[in-house]
Amino acid sequence: MKEFTKLVTAVDQTTKTNQKIQALVEYFAQAKEEDKIFAVSILIGNKPKRPVKTSELREWTAELADLPLWLFEESYYTVGDLAEAIALMLPPQQNEHQLTLKETLELLVRLSDLPSVEKKKLIIGYWMSSDTAERFVFNKLITGNFRMGVSRQLVIKALAKYLKQEPTAIAHQLMGKWNPYEENMESMFSTESHLDKSYLPYPFFLAYQLDDQPANLGAITDWCIEKKLDGIRGQIIVRNKEIFVWSRGEELLTDKFPEFTSLQQTLPSGTVIDGEIIPWKDGKPLPFQVMQTRIGRKNIAPKYLKEAPLVMVAFDLLERQGEDLRQKPLEERRDLLKQLLASHPDENLLLSEAMDFSSWEEVSKFRENAREFQCEGLMLKRKTSPYETGRRRGNWWKWKTDPMTVDGVLLYAQSGHGRRANLFTDYTFAVWDGDLLVPFAKAYSGLTDKEINVLDNWIKRNTLEKFGPVRSVKPEFVFEIAFEGINASPRHKSGVALRFPRISRWRKDKSIQAANTKSDLLQLIDVQNS
Amino acid sequence: MLTFTDKGIYCKQADVYIDPWKPVKFAIITHGHSDHARSGMKHYLCHKETEPILRLRLGKDISTQSLEYNQTLNKNGVTISLHPAGHILGSAQIRLEYKGEIWVVSGDYKLMPDGLSSPFEAVKCHHFITESTFGLPIYRFPTAESVYGSINNWWQENASEGYNSMLIAYSLGKSQSILHHLDQGIGNIFLHGAVANVNNTYNEHGYNFPGVWVSPDMNRKSIKGAMIVAPNSALSTSWSSKFPLLRKAVCSGWMQLRGARRRSAVDRGFVLSDHCDWNQLNEAVLATGAENIYVTHGYQATYAKWLSERYHLNAVEVKTQFEPAINDMD
Ligand SMILES: [Zn+2]
Ligand SMILES: [Zn+2]
Repeated sequence: MKEFTKLVTAVDQTTKTNQKIQALVEYFAQAKEEDKIFAVSILIGNKPKRPVKTSELREWTAELADLPLWLFEESYYTVGDLAEAIALMLPPQQNEHQLTLKETLELLVRLSDLPSVEKKKLIIGYWMSSDTAERFVFNKLITGNFRMGVSRQLVIKALAKYLKQEPTAIAHQLMGKWNPYEENMESMFSTESHLDKSYLPYPFFLAYQLDDQPANLGAITDWCIEKKLDGIRGQIIVRNKEIFVWSRGEELLTDKFPEFTSLQQTLPSGTVIDGEIIPWKDGKPLPFQVMQTRIGRKNIAPKYLKEAPLVMVAFDLLERQGEDLRQKPLEERRDLLKQLLASHPDENLLLSEAMDFSSWEEVSKFRENAREFQCEGLMLKRKTSPYETGRRRGNWWKWKTDPMTVDGVLLYAQSGHGRRANLFTDYTFAVWDGDLLVPFAKAYSGLTDKEINVLDNWIKRNTLEKFGPVRSVKPEFVFEIAFEGINASPRHKSGVALRFPRISRWRKDKSIQAANTKSDLLQLIDVQNS
Repeated sequence: MLTFTDKGIYCKQADVYIDPWKPVKFAIITHGHSDHARSGMKHYLCHKETEPILRLRLGKDISTQSLEYNQTLNKNGVTISLHPAGHILGSAQIRLEYKGEIWVVSGDYKLMPDGLSSPFEAVKCHHFITESTFGLPIYRFPTAESVYGSINNWWQENASEGYNSMLIAYSLGKSQSILHHLDQGIGNIFLHGAVANVNNTYNEHGYNFPGVWVSPDMNRKSIKGAMIVAPNSALSTSWSSKFPLLRKAVCSGWMQLRGARRRSAVDRGFVLSDHCDWNQLNEAVLATGAENIYVTHGYQATYAKWLSERYHLNAVEVKTQFEPAINDMD
């Protein structure tokens, strides 16, 4: 556990990718063999089952530290992270344990079935034989929130370096669900193990947002330009007469999409298609939200199949007749895809059309009005590009339309969670409904540190009321809020729900009277769904 | 005897203010930090080692008078004296006694020795005014001694890989206690102008802080394996980016929290503070024997509640009109 704690501390201490990879490689080189596969599993985001209630952890800590529970809670609020708050408040370490990462995880598994007193004894024993850094890691394992500034991509790079293999091969082995108790480094990564995992998708190739003028991409004729649809990115795999549907988040979603079941009969074995799964009716896409409600359900009643029928809009062919096509140029892969769809037509499998533009100006114009064409922008793909792994610059770009914006009045503020202690950084904004201000969005990011400081000072002096950690403030400042989508939502006071709201700028030039209204918001919905 | 007014803490009997934030006739200054020592006062009283700092920061021509620690001054029947606060060089707690009633204004203080400023001395009193910057049990600091050790190790490590190291620390106080403990055998030491100015002032008064001022025309390309000490403001300007191969670290009590460390976007965070952590606050409050505790900036409401509940003290939250930005009170 010492090595793993050292690793977590090291990657936490730096913002530089290379140093993180270096720390990972060093860990793999030094750690106990049996620990490594567990470290990989944890670092790429697999969570152990939570063996105790967090309320118990809080009570035990307060008791050990001889603090009243209210003070524990206030301190926890300031830290914003339970694992860290507990580690910081526990009394000093008393002795030292020798458990490995694997043994620590096994201990957590065992805990689940024990009565509460036993759990308490074992956890306190662990705490008191660990230093602050180790307690923090241990608590993270218990609470199951192990997002520690290490992405899957980083782990892949580090493993590739350590095992002297190609990152793409590592990425492939890590796809899907696997159990660290049934695997080891040998079974996962030795070259023999690269064989029969026919249900596995290929690692997705992801595009960056274009932050430059498209004219700098060169001749428009070198590019394949498609609509960027708002759905779930997925791969459909047909191998050995079985079908698997994977999402980009590497969830196996086959059961959620009965629409695709018939493809296991119609498509030839050894086919992998990449595309966007979207709700589709009467020849055009439905809003994303329609599908979200359906995905969230355990069982899909026929009613939902009818209300939100899904299709895949296919844009790439990664495997044909069992052959990996990823190194072939996009143009060639698309031709093969077209042939495949023509010879095996299915009403739930559509082709993402390459759009015809004669100049970048035309592309630009389309992008500006993308919402009118039921898409959120464009995808620009170099015709000669191979299908790469992970998020890369150069060959594929997404070029999203500008976000929608609304001017809102700052109404509530709350101190930031785990960011800067004692500083107001989370804000709620409101629009006018008659002469009332109704909240419509919460946003955290978008201001500079300097603006946050100024606003924080102002909030402390202009608080009207305190409700726990939340303060209501004098309506005085207007902010421009940007967001990606908007939908009607009877659950919200404003009647709308926004996708990805954030602050785009502080409108110091505007008085609160000039902020937008609820009817402005409703109108945006109409435009979007027209 | 003391009241909290919109100009600052006021003693009517002696007609003096302590660390006032608006112009008054007679100001007693606990120490030279800008949220305590403000310009515009007719007359200043402070510790001997704070006096040159006031002149540096507020102007050569200000009217000042200084005292040694424990030396007394009588003002209209009020006995006034200064006592070590352990915060920075020359920092003082202000003791005021009138007809047997004793108040202590602690200003900023810490109990943990920094190896440079005169260590804090607990002063018995009836009324104690304390700040609460780190008044939560999540703040428990390692000893300054061990942090200096980590800093030197970090510098050594960077230097051996050919990197320069930059420490971000408050220019008055923390910079000097760090400089005092840097291992000069590791490499050269360079200073931001704000730190160099303070050093020069101290060095004129018998101190000998190391380091060379980085003048605008200095060729920085040749600097290698060196330590550079600079204030927070240097991070957001191009000043810090002009050094080749650089790793940066912030020295502050806030570095105790991961969120603050990550937000500062530097390579390292050293938990080094000139304020009390949770344990020190409690120890100090109890050591004064005071029944009445006034808790100012920081987590005042929470800390006052804790003192009342746990130690049955008459502790109240004092709303200071001035809530300093985080950067000003590390
Ligand atoms: Zn200070
Ligand atoms: Zn201060």
